[in-house]
Amino acid sequence: MIKVEGLTKRYARTVAVDNISFEVEKGQIVGFLGPNGAGKTTTMRVLTCFLPPSAGTANVAGFDVLASPLEVKKRIGYLPETPPLYPEMEVTEYLTFAGRLKGISSGDIASRVDDVTGKCALGEVRNKLIAKLSKGYRQRVGLAQAIIHNPEVLILDEPTSGLDPKQIIEIRDLLKALAPDHTIILSTHILSEVEHSCERVIIISEGRLVAIDSVANLTNRLRGSESVSIEVEAAAGKPAPGEVQVRLEQVSGVSRVVAKEPRDSRLTFEVESLSGRHIRADLARSVVEAGWNLSELRPVGLSLEEIFLQLTTAEKKNEPKAAEGGKK
Amino acid sequence: MKNTYLICRKEVRSYFVSPIAYAVLALFAFLFGGLAFFPAVRELVRYGMQAQMQGQPISLNDQIIRPLLGFASTISLFLIPLITMRLFAEEKRSGTMELLLTSPVRDMEIILGKWIGALILYISVLAMSALNISFLFAWGKPDLKPVLVAYLGLILQGGCLLAIGAFISSLTRNQIVAGGVTFFVCLILYLLSWFTQFDSGLAPQVINYLSIVTHFENFSKGVVDSKDVIFYLSMIFFSLFITSRSMESLRWRS
Repeated sequence: MIKVEGLTKRYARTVAVDNISFEVEKGQIVGFLGPNGAGKTTTMRVLTCFLPPSAGTANVAGFDVLASPLEVKKRIGYLPETPPLYPEMEVTEYLTFAGRLKGISSGDIASRVDDVTGKCALGEVRNKLIAKLSKGYRQRVGLAQAIIHNPEVLILDEPTSGLDPKQIIEIRDLLKALAPDHTIILSTHILSEVEHSCERVIIISEGRLVAIDSVANLTNRLRGSESVSIEVEAAAGKPAPGEVQVRLEQVSGVSRVVAKEPRDSRLTFEVESLSGRHIRADLARSVVEAGWNLSELRPVGLSLEEIFLQLTTAEKKNEPKAAEGGKK
Repeated sequence: MKNTYLICRKEVRSYFVSPIAYAVLALFAFLFGGLAFFPAVRELVRYGMQAQMQGQPISLNDQIIRPLLGFASTISLFLIPLITMRLFAEEKRSGTMELLLTSPVRDMEIILGKWIGALILYISVLAMSALNISFLFAWGKPDLKPVLVAYLGLILQGGCLLAIGAFISSLTRNQIVAGGVTFFVCLILYLLSWFTQFDSGLAPQVINYLSIVTHFENFSKGVVDSKDVIFYLSMIFFSLFITSRSMESLRWRS
């Protein structure tokens, strides 16, 4: 659905996006992740024909952004970082304007406006001036504007910023509902957002593509050895923490056992395996055979935050060398 | 065409829901009605009777309407910046430009829509003066044709300045800067004809030709000269064209 090849965008002095290539299949939700100034917005602006690429091609729904921008624009719904709203308009009026501009005929517009005000839960404010709306409502009006013409591709620049947790969940559900027949790219700085709603993640840093994979694969790829958190219930000082630690260390495949601060008489340990070994079953058996109460056994994956930091800081370490090479 | 209409309607509406339209209308009504029309009519009554007695009735067209509309043309030079300053600057500042540029709309449709919207406000400003002038028709017998021609001239001159103002507004995201520069440019175009008053030669003639005001003179006399019409139309086309270039450059620079 979206195909980007060797995309580069240079501004006067800086390279905002440097040779990025990726593809997005129809019906996927893709998260666009990166620190501030990484080039997320620039890439999205190229996809929406707002900016032309300096080099490389971008293809949306079979149309090139440079060769046939009007065809691309018809098939794209775009929510920029700041929702593009006219404060002097009422919500319905604004949506009617945006929808008509996107090519909805005057006969269909009323039902489309009703549809999106329902989907984005704007019913209460439909006759209010946009200037009077709260940030969360404005964000939703922006989203309504993006989906009003039922576009094949949705490009959302930080769709959940400024929303309260309940609204974030609503937007997530809305995106999931849209997913089967829409292709969605969303950028966000909230990493858990990506874990929740995206199937694939594209991580960029300083204009370069760092990783592109599914959330599960990324987690696995960066996790060489298995790490397990284990919790044993103690009663009347039994078993003693040292006792448990020794027994856990004896399980085959365990490389390290770290005792955590005991809480409410529960002993918690973090156990790391040798790389490539599965130790969870053995750990459980070992604890139970000793006659203790195993209250929790949980694999500790790397969270997306950690992956993200690993990837983007690794990138930065290489950076000084490259810069020096450039100067010479 | 449909998109141009949509954008034009949006512009007109946002003029009339904001104080801008009313400020411009009120300012014009005060300047034109209070400072020009009312004194002119008072003089007309005083000297009209004298002239009548001397057997030489004054000509409403030449002695009253022409200077009045000349005055209207001068005031409009200063109202134009108020009308055009927000056209593009505001959209760029608030980010709504992104909506327009990512909708399936051509740049020229956006520009035309905005320009026509501004022209509609300008024409409604002129309509205020027509309200005054119509009283002269109620009690006198001026010639209608030269008045209509003068209005045509005013509209062409306004359209031309609005196009220039639109261009300047597309260069910045700051309304005040857009308004200030447009005012300055209007002033220069107005003064160009003065600079060359005492000089004759090729350069002053060229400069004089570029003065917006020079071309209005024929219209105010009730004469439609194709030279003037072509001047205004080509200035409008040129300004709207460089506006579209400026919007294009937005995409490359932003």
